Amino acid sequence: MSLNKRMSSGLKTLASRRVLVPKRSPKRFYGHGIPGVDPERLSGRLVVIEGADGSGRSTQIARMVQWLEGCGHATVQVGLKRSTLVSEELEQAKQGNILSHLTMSLFYATDFADQLENIILPALKAGFIVLADRYIYTLMVRDLVRGLDEAWLKNLYGISVVPDAVFYLNVSPELLVQRNFQKIQALDYWESGMDIGLSRDMFDSFLKYQALVETEFRRLQATYGFTIVNGERSVEEISSELQERVEKLLEGK
Amino acid sequence: MKTFAEQNFPGRLIAVEGLDGSGKSTQIYLLKRWLELQELKVFFSEWNSSDLVKSATSKGKKRELLTPTTFSLIHATDFGDRYERQLVPLLRAGYIVLCDRYIFTAFARDTVRGCPPKWVRGIYNFAGLPDLTFFFKADLEVSLQRILEGRPELKYFEAGMDLRLASDPYESFRIFQGRILEQYLAMSTEFNFLVIDANHSVEAQQSIVRQLVAKRITLSKFVLPK
Repeated sequence: MSLNKRMSSGLKTLASRRVLVPKRSPKRFYGHGIPGVDPERLSGRLVVIEGADGSGRSTQIARMVQWLEGCGHATVQVGLKRSTLVSEELEQAKQGNILSHLTMSLFYATDFADQLENIILPALKAGFIVLADRYIYTLMVRDLVRGLDEAWLKNLYGISVVPDAVFYLNVSPELLVQRNFQKIQALDYWESGMDIGLSRDMFDSFLKYQALVETEFRRLQATYGFTIVNGERSVEEISSELQERVEKLLEGK
Repeated sequence: MKTFAEQNFPGRLIAVEGLDGSGKSTQIYLLKRWLELQELKVFFSEWNSSDLVKSATSKGKKRELLTPTTFSLIHATDFGDRYERQLVPLLRAGYIVLCDRYIFTAFARDTVRGCPPKWVRGIYNFAGLPDLTFFFKADLEVSLQRILEGRPELKYFEAGMDLRLASDPYESFRIFQGRILEQYLAMSTEFNFLVIDANHSVEAQQSIVRQLVAKRITLSKFVLPK
């Protein structure tokens, strides 16, 4: 089929499609939650996409938004370091590299909590589908790799809502390097774990750090039940797998 | 959680806690002067004073962006920054560190704001306990009067206005402070607060504080190197 034909048939199915009303699913918090918020009243859905930089998260989220809105669902996007409260200060701190792991961790938690209370929870109350470009798992993994205590982190993030689905886009460190160079022609200081002294060579450090992160994610998978998605396939293949999974979720299957 | 002495730090941490207007800052200042004049290694640190976090905190407070959860976390961030960059290194270097407010301020305030006590305590469990904690216990009315006479313009969060206890800031402040006092009193035994009657004169209180410090801490070990 030519591209044009494929597109027009795609549009036709879209136009004729009935808007599906998602099945309700009860929400809960990982721990104490947020004072005064009843998880029963959160009627929307929370879908999280996790993965390293270069794993294709933002591409997949953009496609997911297109598709969901096409299906008549209202969506909201959140991500790390996007809060009104502390995102600027957090960026400054990252540039200066002067904060300890613990402080950095608390700073990120503040940023997360601000978005949780001001965006995620209100959107879930209003029945939106919230797409999170990374969630507490990235934050926890980063901290765990840096030696922070797991029980401490679990308590800290006991404020968060348990998502309806978490997709982890798995891409090998070797391929991530290639994608990062294609995209920004450089490796990011933090994504290379340069602050923890794995190697003075950034390339080496990146590979080692990403391998540690992947191991930690796989370990957390046992507790949190992520769906590990092979992120080394084409954009289309990945997004059709994600769509299928989200569709089932909305149908309550 | 253990004190710094129990963790074999060469330094010692002394904290003062109490309501706004209980006179604790005056007392810790006088304690600091006394120690300094003996040429001892002393360092003073205030709650909510780390430079980096200050900008976010003041923005949050000014724009009333903070919820109980973010209020708690942003103060924990500030504390974590000071703790790891200042307090711990100084305690390792054998300093007497004086803290105007410590983790108990967070325990009291955040709990009154509705955060689960276990959650708040869990977040601060990286911190060592003070070797001495002075709690300045004034009658609620006395502290209220001191504050309300001196600074008639009450700040939003200071007055606990975010809790919607009362529409009048003064009334809100009274209720808020009363609840914080209850929290302090409930923690007093658990954390071995040395309770000082803040209704007494400045000199009478300072004399007790100095006596207790001299008795509990071998001050001769903290002399500044020549």
